Amino acid sequence: MVDLKNVFKSFGSRQIIEDVSLKIKKGTITSFIGPNGAGKSTLISMISRLIAKDDGDITIDGKDVFKTKNNELAKKISILKQSNTINLKLTVRELVSFGRFPYSQGKLKKEDWEKVDEAIAYLELEEIQDKFLDQLSGGQRQRAHIAMTVAQDTEYILLDEPLNNLDMRHASQIMKTLRRLVDEMGKTIVIVIHDINFASCYSDHIVALKDGKIVKQGRACDVIDRCVLKEIYDMDIDIREIDSQRICFYY
Amino acid sequence: MGYKSKTIILAIISVSLALLYVFYDLTGNIDYILPRRIMKVGAIILTGGAIAFATVVFMTITNNRILTPSVLGLDSLYMLIQTVIIFIFGANSIVMMNSGLNYLISISAMILFSLVLYRFLFRGEGNNIYFLLLVGMILGTFFGSFTDFMQVLIDPNEFGIAQDRMFASINNVDRNLVYISILIIALVLLYFKRFYKYLDVLALGKDDAINLGVPFDYVVKRLLIVVAILISVATALIGPITFLGLLVVNVAYELMKTYRHFYIILGSVFISIIALLGGQFLVEKVFTFSTTVSVIINFIGGVYFIYLLLKENKSW
Repeated sequence: MVDLKNVFKSFGSRQIIEDVSLKIKKGTITSFIGPNGAGKSTLISMISRLIAKDDGDITIDGKDVFKTKNNELAKKISILKQSNTINLKLTVRELVSFGRFPYSQGKLKKEDWEKVDEAIAYLELEEIQDKFLDQLSGGQRQRAHIAMTVAQDTEYILLDEPLNNLDMRHASQIMKTLRRLVDEMGKTIVIVIHDINFASCYSDHIVALKDGKIVKQGRACDVIDRCVLKEIYDMDIDIREIDSQRICFYY
Repeated sequence: MGYKSKTIILAIISVSLALLYVFYDLTGNIDYILPRRIMKVGAIILTGGAIAFATVVFMTITNNRILTPSVLGLDSLYMLIQTVIIFIFGANSIVMMNSGLNYLISISAMILFSLVLYRFLFRGEGNNIYFLLLVGMILGTFFGSFTDFMQVLIDPNEFGIAQDRMFASINNVDRNLVYISILIIALVLLYFKRFYKYLDVLALGKDDAINLGVPFDYVVKRLLIVVAILISVATALIGPITFLGLLVVNVAYELMKTYRHFYIILGSVFISIIALLGGQFLVEKVFTFSTTVSVIINFIGGVYFIYLLLKENKSW
């Protein structure tokens, strides 16, 4: 379980995160939604120790993320940030094999390569596994990066806007893969997402943030609600139920 | 052709050039010439290797292929030290004439400067590497201006000697300094060994490196110290020549087409040795000592960079 208690963060004089407490249950997809500048990315970066916190406690299965050894955490939690601009001559397979670094320290054994192959198969990247990253489309590159986190084989997977710049087909493909990771492999996934309909259809829990504070958190169907969304986005959003999925019309 | 065979070819070229340099036109007093030439080749391999190695590591830490360790301000500090020595003691003083003493003063000042700079800048929480580079650049410029200022004040003859120091030269290398340099570089490499495995992961960028369990701040601080010591040794041995690193590492990346640091480092080191040996050979046989190797390296490097710019420009 990921547990945040009274977390604060400011950059200079600007308060980015203000007194955030939340718990993320195992085996679920939790989505962070909210307008730009709400602090979603900062929050996910703090959970994954990329950014230091100012105050409060962040623990994963009882271990403080800022005090536990980095390599130990790398076997427990992985993070994928939104901009993946690696300009190295790397093939997809080589990138995915980096996911084994916490276990192999660079010297991959047979089991490590098996995990790499599994991850490649899971993301259906077999055909392009020997292509260089700079020859791929945005969607393929995003899938290659997700395959790396799958190969890392952590219980918790954090993704910062994984659907950025993807078309509908690739976006839904990635959301389905994440859903499978949770349902078949028992992973716990936290994503930052802008498209509230994707959040509504694929996540178990939603945390709605605004101005660094949690406005509402709970089951997806409770947060996708006219009043709540009005408070977050200052927009009147019509919500309809289609096949028992809540879909928002905000166009 | 794969990067492995390319590495072997580069190694063969380096060795052949070294042999050519040592045995070419070997006439006259062989007992005198041969050891001198071997010492020069030794100095070239040491400096070339140290600069190439340090630049690869530095580019990986900063995730930037056009930054070289010269932004840490060590070259300018070296020039400042030389000028200050001439300013205070004069060009004929023992400190200037005794290369061993000069070497020790320069190298300890440069290493001390780096350590103080790192300690000071990494004390707080916001230990951003680009902030370190910015401060290094500003201090480098400051040292440069101060050097200019002092050079205006000194005697024109002494200014000539100071200016001579501005260009790297391998024409008179002290045997003992080569031995000391070998020892320092060997110790640094021994220290570096346990950080080697992190290089490939560091090249992915800070976020990915942390995600994959690299103790980022710890490793980067120590690698920066390794870089500073290597650059100090190379600069104190033959003079400021860090531009070489920018050139050879980029050529190595273009040539090797791999991300593996093992091959990038080997490739850069060999290319660097080839460039320095070839340059020095030209200096001695073609230009008959009318120029120094760093002038040639800078000339070729400049031309190569204009080529790179034009090539990149076309692909837009």
